[in-house]
Amino acid sequence: MPLIADKDREQLQKIFAENLTAPVKLVMFTQEFECDFCAETRQLVEELAATSDLVQAEVYDFVADKAVAESYGVDKIPAIAVVGERDYGVRFYGIPSGYEFSTLIEDIINVSRGESGLSEATVAAVADIHTPVHLQVFVTPT
Amino acid sequence: MAHRLAIESEHIRADMVEAMEFPHLANKYQVFGVPRTVINETTHVEGMVPEATLVEALLQAVSAGE
Repeated sequence: MPLIADKDREQLQKIFAENLTAPVKLVMFTQEFECDFCAETRQLVEELAATSDLVQAEVYDFVADKAVAESYGVDKIPAIAVVGERDYGVRFYGIPSGYEFSTLIEDIINVSRGESGLSEATVAAVADIHTPVHLQVFVTPT
Repeated sequence: MAHRLAIESEHIRADMVEAMEFPHLANKYQVFGVPRTVINETTHVEGMVPEATLVEALLQAVSAGE
């Protein structure tokens, strides 16, 4: 059974066709005995990849492909890295459902375009940051 | 918004973490309400905040770490 309903898929195809300008990879990490929500997250990523030629799914095994996981800084699963022209450091841990699904769609578009869409004041402020910053946003399904 | 900041700055990386799936992390970072944003392990921002408020907390965390 698909996770993305037919009418939502049609809408996504349209949104992606109108907004994506460059390829985006959804790099997903699961494992052979899939964890809670790993199977659903993998299915979601694969269904998203089917909605646009510019969205590609790459599925890795967290255990067997340990080196790949480390190269993306992935330390838990299910994980999705949203990667465009470069790796911007955008990650999802756990299934992006409800409100977070909208965030994932927004991220795919922003990463494809290489645009943050932030205000001029924010862009100027973060330009002064030259040390590593790690943001972890805790959410629950809505 | 955290993901937008990661796109904007090569120094910023941003994780969305589903608290129910990673209870040990929710516990470690004392997540009682969501969203809760943890900046560099040390600074916390509670709830949905305007862009400027998050950026202010971010800059404070960065200057505290220097």
